[in-house]
Amino acid sequence: MKELFQQLNKAFDNKIRLGIMSVISVNRSATFNELKELLDLTDGNLASHIKKLEELDYITVHKSFFGRKPNTVYEITAEGKAAFELHLKALEAILNQQ
Amino acid sequence: MEQKEQYVSEIKAIRQMMEQSSRFLSLSGLSGILIGVYALIGAFVANYVINDKESILDTASLNSGIVSQLIVLAIIVLLVSIVTVIILTYRKTLRDGYKIWNKGTRLLVLNLAVPLVSGGILTSIFVAQGLYGTIAPALLVFYGLALVNAAKFTRQEIYYMGLCQIVTGIIAALLPGYALLLWAFGFGVIHIFYGTIMHFRYDHHAKTKKS
Repeated sequence: MKELFQQLNKAFDNKIRLGIMSVISVNRSATFNELKELLDLTDGNLASHIKKLEELDYITVHKSFFGRKPNTVYEITAEGKAAFELHLKALEAILNQQ
Repeated sequence: MEQKEQYVSEIKAIRQMMEQSSRFLSLSGLSGILIGVYALIGAFVANYVINDKESILDTASLNSGIVSQLIVLAIIVLLVSIVTVIILTYRKTLRDGYKIWNKGTRLLVLNLAVPLVSGGILTSIFVAQGLYGTIAPALLVFYGLALVNAAKFTRQEIYYMGLCQIVTGIIAALLPGYALLLWAFGFGVIHIFYGTIMHFRYDHHAKTKKS
């Protein structure tokens, strides 16, 4: 039982980071604005959580411009996908045991 | 136990975020029933307009005067149907507390539009060339393809509804004498059938759950 709890990823303790990972694991990618709208967050709040996931190499950033507007697209990395799937499996296992 | 509840709610939140970000789930079942009814009324009126005992239900042998009347009728049915779907779906989206114009909606509309617009253009060209017999099968098949294509961005029922439309369209091509009847079956009966299923599966259920 204890082991299962240790498999839960600390990075996904936070609901917002969990939400970001959910969105970009289903869709191939998501823009900053899409994430902001879906998760109902402020710019600063979203940016800080994205930064954390970026530091862990779970997501990558592609910045480009639509005319003058910056267009920032986030994609999940192979590492991020694996970590997220592991976390989901651990969650499932815990629920099944109890 | 409390922790278990927390994990359950976490999984729920993940699932909801995954669906909400990739699918548009507020499609109104009631609007499906209504556009089915419009289609049946439209087919009934069309049958009346054709009103020729010999060539009844045989769109291949119509003269162009009746055809232009039928085109006007078809456009009216189409416009009223689109307006109905938009209004009822918009209301349902607001009630569910979602934004109407998200990624799911964009993907749904785009994937519906590609086969639908190409089918519309192709059918218009056939009509201009006097190939009236192709109207019903072509519209049914292209509409079915549009539904099958768009289903992955909304409810799964849309996929099966699309398959039914395609099969109906192909049968309509094989039996030109029954084109109008099969058109009424496809756009009328099938819409009402799946609209009813979706209404009771999602709309009705959500309403009783909330109250």
